[in-house]
Amino acid sequence: MTLRTGSTTEESRAPAAVPPVRPAPKKKQKNFDGYWPWLFVLPTLLGVLGFYIWPIIQTGYLSFTETGPFGGEEFIGLDNYQTMLADGNVGQALINTLVYTVIVLAGIPIALLMANLVNQPGLKFASFYRVLFFMPYIAMPTAVALVWRMIYNGDFGILNWLLSLVGIDGPYWTSTPGFAIVSVGIVGMWASLGFGIIILGAALKNISPEYYEAAQLDGATKWKQFTAITVPLVTPSLFFVTIISVINGFQLFDLLYAIMGQYNPALVQSQSLVYIFYNQAFIQNDKGYAAAIGMLILVVIGIVTFFQFRMQKKWVNYV
Amino acid sequence: MSKESLSPAQQGANSVRTHLVLGIIGFVMVFPFIWQLVISLSTNDQVMSVPPTFWPGDLQWGNFVDVFTKLPFFDQFGVSVGITVIRVIGQVVLCSMAGYAFARMRFRGRGVFLAVILSILMVPPQVYLIPQFQIIQNLGLLNTFIGIALPGIFSAFGVFLMRQIFLGLPLELEEAARLDGANPFQIFYKIMLPLATPGISALVIITTLWSWNDLLWPLVVTTYAEKMPVSAGLATLAGSITTDYPVMMAASVLAMAPVLILFIILQRRVVEGLAFSGSK
Repeated sequence: MTLRTGSTTEESRAPAAVPPVRPAPKKKQKNFDGYWPWLFVLPTLLGVLGFYIWPIIQTGYLSFTETGPFGGEEFIGLDNYQTMLADGNVGQALINTLVYTVIVLAGIPIALLMANLVNQPGLKFASFYRVLFFMPYIAMPTAVALVWRMIYNGDFGILNWLLSLVGIDGPYWTSTPGFAIVSVGIVGMWASLGFGIIILGAALKNISPEYYEAAQLDGATKWKQFTAITVPLVTPSLFFVTIISVINGFQLFDLLYAIMGQYNPALVQSQSLVYIFYNQAFIQNDKGYAAAIGMLILVVIGIVTFFQFRMQKKWVNYV
Repeated sequence: MSKESLSPAQQGANSVRTHLVLGIIGFVMVFPFIWQLVISLSTNDQVMSVPPTFWPGDLQWGNFVDVFTKLPFFDQFGVSVGITVIRVIGQVVLCSMAGYAFARMRFRGRGVFLAVILSILMVPPQVYLIPQFQIIQNLGLLNTFIGIALPGIFSAFGVFLMRQIFLGLPLELEEAARLDGANPFQIFYKIMLPLATPGISALVIITTLWSWNDLLWPLVVTTYAEKMPVSAGLATLAGSITTDYPVMMAASVLAMAPVLILFIILQRRVVEGLAFSGSK
């Protein structure tokens, strides 16, 4: 994401040195494109400033305030942040969010294997398999969550019935602390595989078949080809999928909300950061505290993403 | 993929084993959807039976009728369609115009404004959600579909995507049109926009998917069931104590159906669009 503004202006100014093709190019640069650009940019600019930038500043301010019983904000300094750091529920929510994110990340190698399988040259019915693989990613998370609730149901869910066939007495998956967040994580992984398959599939198509032909002549097995050619060459895309998966993982809300429901006894121990945020802001109506939690989410994502970029050099190969 | 020259490796791609593995994985991936259909056509007693009823026998199509008579599903569906259409049109118009200006026009503050717009990509939605809600509330737009749609017609991602597209188009066409005396809007609308179709279709696909499936924001700005989009309606239904599972499943089938059907028809485009936006 480089801003190319600088270089473009330089390029467009350059003709001044060579014999002018158009009359007085320099003057034209100063005039730019008149009012036209504003016509194009202003609606978006105002919308973004009004609906995003201003709210971001406002949230920063809100996080230092307390919402009074009759509305209105009172400045309370760092109180919200102090409360937050001491709040066990927030700590638990952070852990839950991390657990969920790690489970989703564990899906990336699976996505790579699946992308590799479905992108084999000459594979028949490939587009049919792709539809099957992508459906969970395209489908509405809330709707999907309701089905998984049925599958996970402790009394009559098909999962526990399957487990009972091999003599395991399955728990109440979605209402037992500990199990609940893992159950949600598995759905999250299943739902996000499609994203990895799409991005990694596109990367796989860019690998020159010559590498594989050469490896085959050297007698490399399929698995060896996969680990020695495929994996290193898709590391930039793996990195991208990892970054996006972490960011999305931290946004866990839809699946948790719909799988667990609002009256779940295990909810307090199973909340995600965004769930706590939603609950504080719009159910408890403690907007100041919720704003502080929002800032925490910003900071945590920032730190995690920063370290991912730092570690990038250790494993990502840019050809 | 020319079929005449299949290398040994390519023939190996179609071994029984490969298709068996793909078939099993595919089945696991779509099993929840199959199960959803089975439940939606069962009776509540069958759903709660152990061992599970794998085939309801007498298909309960009435469950799908109940979705419309017992739930405000029809209204919710309308809201979902409404907000998605507004957001898609809004984003295509606004993002392509802004993206074009940032890619091809010269004006004071261009770099700064672009940086300001793109900066919101780095920020999780929770950081602007509360004030957004307050704005919509102050505008008296809670429980209206304009209120649900509004912030989402502006998109930093869309601006970035469209800017990348326009940066990739050749300069010569514009120069020629300019010499012919076309004004910047004509150049944009008649010449550049048609060339940006791949980007626009990616934007339409991404916005449709996001808008249709989005839950948190609609949940925040709506309180009446009949004013909610389908996603929020379903989530609220799930929270309530009702245990009419087959109707709930039928509703969830109908909720995801439009997007899934579109995807199956436009499969290649959707995949390209998503991959394309990921590579930018």
